[in-house]
Amino acid sequence: MKTHAVEISHLSKAYGSVAAVDDVSLSVTEGEIFGILGPNGAGKTTTVECVLGLRTPDAGSISVLGLDPVRDAAELHTIVGAQLQESALPAKLRVGEILAEYRSFYREPADVGELIDGLGLAGKVKDYYRSLSGGQRQRLSIALALIGRPKVAVLDEMTSGLDPQARRDTWDLIESVRDRGVTILLVTHFMEEAERLCDRVALIDSGRVVALDTPAGLAARASGGKSMRFVPSAPFDDRLLTGLPEVGTVTRNGSHVVVAGTGELVNTVILTLATAGVIARDVQLDTSSLEDAFVKLTGRHLHEEGIPA
Amino acid sequence: MNTHTLPRPEGPDAKTRLPKVRPAKTRLAKTPFSVARLTKALLPETAPRAAFGQIVRNEARLAWRLPAGLIFGVGLPVLLLIIFNRIPSFHQVQASLGGLTAFDVYVPILIAMVIAIIALISLPGPLVTYRDQGILRRLSTTPVPPSWVLAAQLVVAFCITIASLLILIVVSITAFGLDVPKNPGALVLAIVLSIAAMFAIGLCIAAVARTGVAARAIGAAAFYPMLFFSGMWFPRELMPAVLQDISNVTPLGAAVEAIQDAMQGQFPPAEPLLVLAGYALVFALIARRFFRWE
Repeated sequence: MKTHAVEISHLSKAYGSVAAVDDVSLSVTEGEIFGILGPNGAGKTTTVECVLGLRTPDAGSISVLGLDPVRDAAELHTIVGAQLQESALPAKLRVGEILAEYRSFYREPADVGELIDGLGLAGKVKDYYRSLSGGQRQRLSIALALIGRPKVAVLDEMTSGLDPQARRDTWDLIESVRDRGVTILLVTHFMEEAERLCDRVALIDSGRVVALDTPAGLAARASGGKSMRFVPSAPFDDRLLTGLPEVGTVTRNGSHVVVAGTGELVNTVILTLATAGVIARDVQLDTSSLEDAFVKLTGRHLHEEGIPA
Repeated sequence: MNTHTLPRPEGPDAKTRLPKVRPAKTRLAKTPFSVARLTKALLPETAPRAAFGQIVRNEARLAWRLPAGLIFGVGLPVLLLIIFNRIPSFHQVQASLGGLTAFDVYVPILIAMVIAIIALISLPGPLVTYRDQGILRRLSTTPVPPSWVLAAQLVVAFCITIASLLILIVVSITAFGLDVPKNPGALVLAIVLSIAAMFAIGLCIAAVARTGVAARAIGAAAFYPMLFFSGMWFPRELMPAVLQDISNVTPLGAAVEAIQDAMQGQFPPAEPLLVLAGYALVFALIARRFFRWE
């Protein structure tokens, strides 16, 4: 069994009378990309701030590779890199100067050239921070999180403000960092990002973990299974399909047949029909997404407005 | 469904690890004034010492690239020197000034002004901005404590102050005929204590101000009254007794008194030196008490 890079158990943190994090427990396995997904104000940032030792939990315990983030903060910060939200840099320093400074903070820093190539900042070394676009600032921020060659990287909303191409490039970089054995704790409210990158996702809402599973597992749970619809090339008896273990229900809707079930539903149905001499035409799949999972589990949408950050 | 969504229960070792009593070392660290704790917080073994040099370098670059402080700290006093030099009466010995010329009286006041500009206007702004923009927060996630940036800014501000004062004094002597300070040792002591007192007040402003704009406003609000009591508009020798008494216990009044004595060759009396040391200590403690890293 793999060891845990980050273990959070029964974490609670309140600001005044408002509980930001309420009894959160989760474990991040070494080498995985773990997503914390939820709407603004759900307690995602507070959770990672506790993991980074920036906040002291009211209750519960956290262990990051065996270290207590508050008590062992100094050691923790040599093996954990962080990219935080709303964290600027001095306007009149050049990118190269900032990288040189943060590089000097670590005993075994990363290769700066390689890092900025991967983040598309190679041509920006001589530019002032002030003159960088939002996306470039964000990528510099990620570079600073990785410059100490951390064992665990905490990235809070790392692709917010990036255009789609920069976002995909960043995903590629994060995957390559993970391939080098770095555990990544990713805070996001982008479904696409969680589905694409994360091995497992914790859905957080109002300070609580409402679900914890693989992205596909969460999606499947939301729909309770899959369904497909098609137009058969010839009439057939429903019992041909209802007898299959994968198939739950078969309903007819005009010329369409709708089959709901689980597992390898599509392949099984198409093969079974083919052996009976029936071709399934215009096959459509109803797949559910993480977004559906979120709506189903929390009763609201991820990007709902009016929730204070 | 619910049992399925909950994370799996923790194993027995996770439970047993919780009540693990902290070792004696941390209990020692709980005492409010532990040298070991302070050293560990300010100089953690995990932070490479060379990083401090890098931080100082970047802070010096920033001071150079945002030179408002440099211009006011160096340019304004030299400009005032040139103006004062042009006033003929400024070079006449006056009995009301205790046998000094107005020029003699104003050089210590300009020294105090340089220190005050850098301490109250140049120093707090960037620190507050760093906190406001999350730069100190980002540093809190690295092996280097954010206090190193504060220390680097103090080092840079101190160097700028010393350089400005050297320019001011050397120009006064070579171009405007000021006498060479007669007690250099006492002058250095008076200047260093003045810088300590004023920087402590500047740090206090950085500790309480929430935004860079607020820091500048508080700095300016503190600057003008202090400058008044230094004798900028009305030399201390000409002040009514009650204003003189107040001036003696203000930081810039005490600074001017000590610096003027040292320039005239006397070792300054204990009172202004103690006043300066007192300001340095009290405001440093207040700053330490109220400073927030985020």
